Amino acid sequence: MSTATAKHDDHGHDSHGHPTGLMRWVKSTNHKDIGTMYLWFSFTMFLFAGAMAMGIRAELFQPGLQFFQPQVFNQLTTLHGLIMIFGAIMPAFVGFANWQVPLMIGAPDMAFPRLNNMSFWLLIPAALLLVASIFVPGGAVAGGWTMYPPLAIQGGLSMDMSIFALHILGVSSIVGSINIITTIFNMRAPGMTLMKMPMFVWTWLITAYLLIAAMPVLAGALTMMITDRHFGTHFFNAAGGGDPVLFQHVFWFFGHPEVYIMILPAFGILSTIIPTFSRKPLFGYASMVYATTAIAVLSFVVWAHHMFTTGMPVAGQLFFMYSTMLISVPTGVKVFNWVATMWKGSMTFETPMLFAVAVVFLFTIGGLSGLVCAILPVDIQVQDTYYVVAHFHYVLFSGAAMSIMGGVYYWLPKWTGHMYDETLGKWHFWLTTIAFNVTFFPMHFTGLAGMPRRIPDYSQQFAEFNMISSYGAFALGLSQLLFLYVVIKCIKGGAKAPASPWEGAHGLEWTVPSPAPFHTFETPPVVK
Amino acid sequence: MNKRTILSFCTVFLSFLASSSVQAEYALNLRAPVTEIATQIYDLHMLIMYVCIAIFIVVFSIMFYSLYKHRKSAGHKAVQFHEHHMLEVVWTIIPALILIGMAVPATKTILAMKDTREADMTIKATGHQWKWEYEYLGKDVRFISTLATPQEQIHNTAPKGEHYLLEVDNPVVVPVGKKVRVLLTAQDVIHAWWVPSFGVKQDAIPGFIKETWFRVEKEGTYRGQCAELCGKDHGFMPIVVEAVSEEKYNEWIASKKAAAAEAAASGDKEWSKDDLIANGKTVYEKNCAACHQANGAGLPPAFPALTGSKIANGPIADHLHIVLNGKNVMPHWKELLNDVEIASVVTYERNGLGNSVGDVLQPAQVKAAR
Repeated sequence: MSTATAKHDDHGHDSHGHPTGLMRWVKSTNHKDIGTMYLWFSFTMFLFAGAMAMGIRAELFQPGLQFFQPQVFNQLTTLHGLIMIFGAIMPAFVGFANWQVPLMIGAPDMAFPRLNNMSFWLLIPAALLLVASIFVPGGAVAGGWTMYPPLAIQGGLSMDMSIFALHILGVSSIVGSINIITTIFNMRAPGMTLMKMPMFVWTWLITAYLLIAAMPVLAGALTMMITDRHFGTHFFNAAGGGDPVLFQHVFWFFGHPEVYIMILPAFGILSTIIPTFSRKPLFGYASMVYATTAIAVLSFVVWAHHMFTTGMPVAGQLFFMYSTMLISVPTGVKVFNWVATMWKGSMTFETPMLFAVAVVFLFTIGGLSGLVCAILPVDIQVQDTYYVVAHFHYVLFSGAAMSIMGGVYYWLPKWTGHMYDETLGKWHFWLTTIAFNVTFFPMHFTGLAGMPRRIPDYSQQFAEFNMISSYGAFALGLSQLLFLYVVIKCIKGGAKAPASPWEGAHGLEWTVPSPAPFHTFETPPVVK
Repeated sequence: MNKRTILSFCTVFLSFLASSSVQAEYALNLRAPVTEIATQIYDLHMLIMYVCIAIFIVVFSIMFYSLYKHRKSAGHKAVQFHEHHMLEVVWTIIPALILIGMAVPATKTILAMKDTREADMTIKATGHQWKWEYEYLGKDVRFISTLATPQEQIHNTAPKGEHYLLEVDNPVVVPVGKKVRVLLTAQDVIHAWWVPSFGVKQDAIPGFIKETWFRVEKEGTYRGQCAELCGKDHGFMPIVVEAVSEEKYNEWIASKKAAAAEAAASGDKEWSKDDLIANGKTVYEKNCAACHQANGAGLPPAFPALTGSKIANGPIADHLHIVLNGKNVMPHWKELLNDVEIASVVTYERNGLGNSVGDVLQPAQVKAAR
């Protein structure tokens, strides 16, 4: 796609005047350092929220109440969702954007480095608020990550803390997105036209627009919630002329684009890894760009498919069913393009490629179960059951989280200057993939058979599958410690990585040495 | 390990598998439908699932074939193509056509689901944290339906029953073959009324009335659960519907009416303190213990303790007022409980749960205070 002629000064500005020690990180305006911090923050949150998930699965291991009282169980499910979405998945992708977007477009840094510093450091107070809310009287938020009123309005102090945390995270996301868009539009290397950009950059550009459009909507819903709680308004209270369902409309107007915010950058990572290890260019580059754009636009007109059981008018139900079904067309195009990229390639299966192939396979399961959910009459049966839990974990874990893992293995040599341990990486892959399926595949069955989600205890007919899911979840959680070990081992040492460790890799990031020097592309490369 | 030990190990393992598969149900699919709509949903789901599986098999056969054939280790050289317009158009149009094929039957079912006209009878269901209230409109029958599973089973001190968590004290009874319209609303937060065998799930939203319908074709007992997170005991507010013959249904209506008349009559007499306390304990455990706990300790700060509380130990009129009219999260019990029940529970709260005020509230006083 792009060949580069870049001039490099291995030392660059490294030798003069950037802070060292703790201050290097606190005051950093360097996209690589900030990217690293995003990724570590995300991984910490991933382990934290993952530990909560293991608490949930421990309680659901058998029927009856064993470890957690129902209210505490609800806190676990709520915080698990909030932290995984806002603390783990989203920051991980921003970490990738920080590291890779400037390297991929040949820019020396992000457009607004100080803003970049701020958008990272805003995460810390937000995360502290969320975590601290566990310890206030009444415990953490327990109304589900969707925070539907009036239930959420009943919550205690922790609800206000969480709302504040989400407001801060929203500011961080919007600021980060402005930064990414500005960087992409203004700082591409000479010759890199929009239609020559790496697919990862394209997906992030579109994601950034989604964030800017969606996050303020969430902020609006949350602000209405806080004024309902404390300042006597009745946006969501029917007794005062409001409507509880209004919140759901506003929330999902944010929430559905949010789903794509968490998957489009993953598509970008897949579209980078698969061509590399197939030793072939990405099939249908232009149609990938159009499909991503189509998904982004459609994501704003499907929100009420989360609300099929609220009892909206039949015209509304039909509209949202049709528009939702329509999304599977561009999504299908992407899957077909990836398979066509592999077709007649010369494939090897290093850990990143294993993750990428598994994501295509497993994400498609999640996509197809999403199509089942889109069929409104069927959704009436599976809405708020474990079928939906299975569906969104196939999309969010085996779609987003496993793409992130694949991406980490792919770019670790560039980030650390060392090759990771391929054997351990493959172990991590197989353990994760098998444990994931053992955990979540049976949930399709429990959901169809009628097990509601968000319950701490269930009738005996669901016992066997729940026990299988719990075993899978414990294995899945523990496997991630291996991931941590592989990453730390790679940072500390290992075979020296060349500038371009992957035979089939193309792109500007592979023209700079590994590890990427503190400053890169101070003289813009020229893309032919 | 010699052969015999391996063999005996295998035998044990296999017999374990066999025994567990005998006990286990391993339900894999939607529950057996008993209404026309649920049957349509069942068929629709099967159709779409088979189409999805077919697409999945086609796409991934190609992918796995490629993974196997086009390996570098198998010596395959990459062919550098990256576009094929015809192919791209075809794989955009074919899925679109498949989707239209799915949308047609789905639309028909949606239109049928939404058609609540010409119902034979109407039941109003109101969601409360954490119980269902049912009112048979025009029949003057009204009752509350709560979880019947004992706490001991939930806390693992007693073996779990057959219908663990899916049993209630007062089931909904409907005649088979009649179109039953259900009006749904809620008192406090959003709940959802879901009976899988009927293909019915409808949110119950406070301040709004939503409707749905079903016509059961087969006599039997059908079980469902609240399907919208509604707080602490969301997992403990099941729905049980008994579909019976028209005759039995009429008998049931008559018996419900008789019981209501009896309860009203008992409100006119003077009750002894002991009877009130004994009756109050039952009412308390059914209606109040979810929040204030069976021993009165509450779950502060959300749910205050009653043991030693100002209300339960203060003037009886104030105590009665709060039970009747509610406060914040505390629901108003005016419409839900009759005079005898309110009198009993207030008397119990003042003379049980570690309180010993000593006074008594008579049903007649409750009637006067309404």
